[in-house]
Amino acid sequence: MTETATAQTTHDHSEDHVSTLGVSNDKLGMWVFLGSDCLLFGGLISTYMLYKDRIGPDDLGPEEMFDIPFTSVSSFVLLMSSLTVVLAITALRRNDIRRSRIWLLTTAILGAVFVGGQVYEFTVFYREGLGYTTNLFGTSFFTLTGFHGVHVSVGIIMLMSMYIQSMRGRLTVAQEEKLEIIGLYWHFVDVVWIVIFTIVYLFPQ
Amino acid sequence: MAIVEQEEAPLELESGEDQITERPLGAFTRPDGGGGWRSWLFTVDHKRIGIMYGAAGLLFFVIGGIYALFMRLQLARPDNSILSAETYNQVFTMHGVVMIFLAAIPLGAAFSNYLIPLQIGARDVAFPRLNAFSFWVFLGGGLFLLTSMFIGGWWENAPDGGWFAYSPNTGVLFSPSKGIDFFAIGLQITGIASLVGAINLIVTVLNMRSPGMTLMKMPVLTWMLFIVQMLLLFAMPVISVALFLLTFDRLFDANFFNVAEGADPLLWQHLFWIFGHPEVYILILPSFGVISEIIPTFSRKPIFGYPFMIFSGIAIGFMGWGVWAHHMFASGIGPVAVAAFSVSTMFIAVPTGVKILNWLATMWGGRIRFTTPMLYATSVVAMFTIGGLSGVTHSLAAADTQQTDTYYIVAHFHYVIFGGIILGFFGGFYFWWPKMFGYFLSEKIGKSSFWVMVIGFNLTFGPMHILGLQGMSRRIQTYSPGQGFDFWNLIATLGAFMIAIATAMFIANVFISRRAHRAGKTPDPGPDPWDARSLEWMTASPVPEHNFDEVIEVERQDEFWHRKWGKDESGRVVRRATAEEVAHDGSNTNVHLPSPSYWPIVAALGLPIIGYGLIYNLWLCVVGGLFVIAGLFGWVFEPVDDPNVDGHHGDEHEASGELEEGNENSQKEVSVD
Repeated sequence: MTETATAQTTHDHSEDHVSTLGVSNDKLGMWVFLGSDCLLFGGLISTYMLYKDRIGPDDLGPEEMFDIPFTSVSSFVLLMSSLTVVLAITALRRNDIRRSRIWLLTTAILGAVFVGGQVYEFTVFYREGLGYTTNLFGTSFFTLTGFHGVHVSVGIIMLMSMYIQSMRGRLTVAQEEKLEIIGLYWHFVDVVWIVIFTIVYLFPQ
Repeated sequence: MAIVEQEEAPLELESGEDQITERPLGAFTRPDGGGGWRSWLFTVDHKRIGIMYGAAGLLFFVIGGIYALFMRLQLARPDNSILSAETYNQVFTMHGVVMIFLAAIPLGAAFSNYLIPLQIGARDVAFPRLNAFSFWVFLGGGLFLLTSMFIGGWWENAPDGGWFAYSPNTGVLFSPSKGIDFFAIGLQITGIASLVGAINLIVTVLNMRSPGMTLMKMPVLTWMLFIVQMLLLFAMPVISVALFLLTFDRLFDANFFNVAEGADPLLWQHLFWIFGHPEVYILILPSFGVISEIIPTFSRKPIFGYPFMIFSGIAIGFMGWGVWAHHMFASGIGPVAVAAFSVSTMFIAVPTGVKILNWLATMWGGRIRFTTPMLYATSVVAMFTIGGLSGVTHSLAAADTQQTDTYYIVAHFHYVIFGGIILGFFGGFYFWWPKMFGYFLSEKIGKSSFWVMVIGFNLTFGPMHILGLQGMSRRIQTYSPGQGFDFWNLIATLGAFMIAIATAMFIANVFISRRAHRAGKTPDPGPDPWDARSLEWMTASPVPEHNFDEVIEVERQDEFWHRKWGKDESGRVVRRATAEEVAHDGSNTNVHLPSPSYWPIVAALGLPIIGYGLIYNLWLCVVGGLFVIAGLFGWVFEPVDDPNVDGHHGDEHEASGELEEGNENSQKEVSVD
């Protein structure tokens, strides 16, 4: 607020431009929300850790159930989508709308591949006899990974709504921060997956 | 002539085109400012939302109080049969749930919404539409919970597991009515409201302070409310997880609390109390903030040890996360855990004690004016000390195992919740009423209702200490004569009705004082009726829609006070200016404000419909989902401003567009959780 004196006299909306911390409200709001979301996954992961070994005598446990090579590939796909969303943001920052659109779509597709892989994995598990209500391991596993899958899907919806906007020519440099905020969310979902993949899939091995 | 005509024609065409292009999606125009009820339904003004939070909170407080009166009637004599055991279970559960989640939290939210932007010198909160959304979500969730009283039979389907709803009692096996479903889904919905509100207010405090208002110049109330929002931010997802697990258990046959499958009943207790203990501080810190404004004002001294007040609040906020298992001493968590949580519980009394000493030191040597708000504030210091000390006795695990689930516990938490929180909020009502509504509440009725309330409160909950130590269990529907319970139970019932009378006197006071003011019998409060210290008093009463006429440059803590008072050559404090000279008169009409919006209430309406759908018929979920999607769609695509409302802000569209458009992002994720 270096120009307060002049700003005060006429339109006082000038303070809207100034934020105390120098970060926009939207971006700060997303950071704060992600902080809260950490605790959501914290609760779900703790529940899973408590229940992962509670299976019936004839049930298959985590070691027998998981297909590590398959999940490693789908994890890699999800991690690569973090790279492509950054490429989309930097392209938009350079005002390279065409490339930004390509990377935006790539990110959404990679995310969708991951979710598709999860659906496939769930189906396989179900066929092998692990249903949602089979035992405590099944209940807590499907709940934890399901919540993560919903988070990825919400991210895909946000990316696709940006892409649809871009088809109508509404993706401009002005949208850069919006995309950056979606990117923040997307990275967060990826980081959470790294934690889940490590704790849920790799620890029992 | 020909030239003139040529010029006119294209001009008209252009202005016509302009109107069309300014409204790209005509279906999504914004509501005009309007008057009457519409202006409340679609408002995004933090002051109106704060007032609505307060009104809804008071309404739920009265409803929860009526439940309490029925419980006290039932317990007034031994072997009473006003309420059956089944109904009694539902009534005490509803009493707890309504009072904590629908009365105490929203009344805190009322102060947060109304006062935080004013105290930091801002025009509004960071996300005005999200603010409206969180209020309507809260109201929808609250009404959803209340309808469990009569949907499917009178007192058949209300929750009956107590407010902390321990598993496995809440499983379908042990609680076959729909009550726990209403509990889990209703609290999930109000939890969304709290979480959205917390994000909004945290960003507001961090990012929208007026120039010069550093964190350590913020009023104590804003600081305490800020800490509360941080606690809500991190506590709400934990209870969300617990409620999701419970909901999945009941609706989809999951096994989280199915002991037959080997589930651990303590999981619920841990998740609930990891939320539940910070929740205690979520409830009490707003009241601490309120009296930290009232006491300095009426002692005519600055708050004693301002940094200590702030840091003790922060310490409470942090330590509140490390004491949850003291609610579980009787559940067999093992000697190491018991010892650790005993010690941490003793330690958390220290920052609270610091606060109490600071309030006393603020009053010490001050020129105290015992107005109604000050009476309430001093009573909080006294009553909370009693409740706090009986709380410390629970930290001794050996004693606590004797006290668990007795009336001693009930006495303790009512001394902190009623004596600490509700009395503080009533003080806050009397203090800020002239600021909010432009008229004084009658001091005469105020003081007499204060004494009725404090005496009634002590008569109600004081004897419960004795009853508890004599061995009367909490949550019992009745008791046999001859156990020594009869007399004190009768006294407690009398006290409860005194509290009801005092509450009725407060409500009557509102209407009587308003009529007296309209008849011109009471003076106008002016901007600063109490000679107060913080920025909200630096504008007209009631506060104009734009809050302040100009941006306030803050140089000191208690900026407004220092603009009014200064020291002369000999060091004596003298008045430099009257409040009217310093304060803004609200005459600046040239301020751009966010337009009202239809969509927050539409999106919020979907959530309780989804809730009913989950319980009764999944097709209803589709209807509710459509409401949410329609709300989000309208939210994203409505123009930043309705071009027809006022025409003088053409160039601001860009500016506020950045502010508001991003709301959709945070909005989307929040609604999914």
